[in-house]
Amino acid sequence: MAEGAITMNPEREYFEHLAAGRFMIQRSRSTGGHVFYPRVAEPGTGATDLEWVEASGRGTVYSTTVIRQKAPTPNYNLALIDLAEGPRLMSRVEGIAPEAVKIGMAVNAKLVAENEQTLVVFEPL
Amino acid sequence: MSTERFPRGKTAIVGTATFGCGAAPGYSSMELAHQASVMALAAAGLKPADVDGLFVAITDDALSGLTFAETLGIHPRFLDNNRTGGSSFQVHAMLAALALDAGLCDVALIAYGSNQRSSTGKLVQASRPSPWESAYKPLRPISSYALAAARHMHQYGTTKEQLGAVAVAARQWAQLNPEAFSREPLTLADYMSARLVADPFGVRDCCLVTDGAAAVVMTRADRARDLCRRPAYLLAGAQATTHREIASMADLTVTGLAEAGPRAYAQAGVSANDIDVVQLYDAFTINPILFLEDLGFCAKGEGGGFVEGGRIAPGGTLAVNTNGGGLSCVHPGMYGLFTIVEAVRQLSGDAGDRQVADAKLAIAQGNGGELSHEALLILGTEETL
Repeated sequence: MAEGAITMNPEREYFEHLAAGRFMIQRSRSTGGHVFYPRVAEPGTGATDLEWVEASGRGTVYSTTVIRQKAPTPNYNLALIDLAEGPRLMSRVEGIAPEAVKIGMAVNAKLVAENEQTLVVFEPL
Repeated sequence: MSTERFPRGKTAIVGTATFGCGAAPGYSSMELAHQASVMALAAAGLKPADVDGLFVAITDDALSGLTFAETLGIHPRFLDNNRTGGSSFQVHAMLAALALDAGLCDVALIAYGSNQRSSTGKLVQASRPSPWESAYKPLRPISSYALAAARHMHQYGTTKEQLGAVAVAARQWAQLNPEAFSREPLTLADYMSARLVADPFGVRDCCLVTDGAAAVVMTRADRARDLCRRPAYLLAGAQATTHREIASMADLTVTGLAEAGPRAYAQAGVSANDIDVVQLYDAFTINPILFLEDLGFCAKGEGGGFVEGGRIAPGGTLAVNTNGGGLSCVHPGMYGLFTIVEAVRQLSGDAGDRQVADAKLAIAQGNGGELSHEALLILGTEETL
């Protein structure tokens, strides 16, 4: 399951990589297309030669919202991030007020531990 | 792509009913659907045993088609339990038209009911949690539509006031509809001061959580005139699936209606300019803005301006969601069948104080998932055949 290994069990392997501190996405050897979320074949082409590659972590906020909570529970951010490699994912932007997250903002991924799992979140560059 | 040969005008809706809209404590979802079905059949002079094509998608029972048929004493030759979310019923009507036209059934019943308000007070969630998204605590489906609204505002300058115009227009229509659940006045100031839920949405951007049931009976056109004073003929039906979860929607400002709309217009031989009444699936205020753009009533990005100034309210230039919509009339988990019922009531001249004069062509649109599945029917009176 090293970098460059062909994906066998996409969902399980993705979370194993994350638990080991690696944010990995898939790339097709034949088409070069990047894929997230992990799956057995590239959407559209059906290419099954998907290998794990480390994500650059660079991204741009595509859209953002603030989930409002009853005080004193803090509001939190929910965002869609376009990775530099192409795929989009749901995540959140931390390190600034949830309302201060703006569409088009350049962000960088980091891994955090939460509820006994490792999560990909983003911070402004 | 092949030419779509939808059986234009070959089938018609001959009976409709709603039941338990608002709060219907004590009823199961199935009981609500059965009540509406018996009423819709009676409106056409029919009974359950006459039904041989059945289309059911009740959320709290995965085999709801079987349960429904057994309990009501229906032995369908053609049974379908297809579910695409709130748009399931548009798909059912398309399939019913094809099955009726092919002689696979003679009387089709489409039925839905939900007791979600009385049983849980929350929107029914009948789908699996996403392994990729759940950890970020999305407030589904609200946050998904909020992300679409935020993107539309960013890209086209759409304003919160314009979202508010959708909510206010829906309420003004609801005030003309005795069946509507929320009929107290709603001003733009009320809207703007409503508690925020997921930016830019406040509580007045979100649909109601109600009970309710609806049913629709369809036959071939040659029989329709014997069963119904003013049948609503099915001229077109089209659908498009673009994604499941909002992160996989290619462009959050363009829905599947941009594909399905033109296909439906081509089937019916009409354009947006010809449509008299538009019933859109307004689960959230951004929906009618996106859908009016994608169905060609205005250009992409101009939907916010289009809904301002009372243009889609009573007395406006385009009659949209004349029952008050999911925002102010009824929204029992899945709303798509109610857009069909309201379109038929308008075409039949049965819409009371909210009747649109000389309504001949209507769109009844459905939306499933998180802008994931879009479908529309075009219905017309006898003059449009």
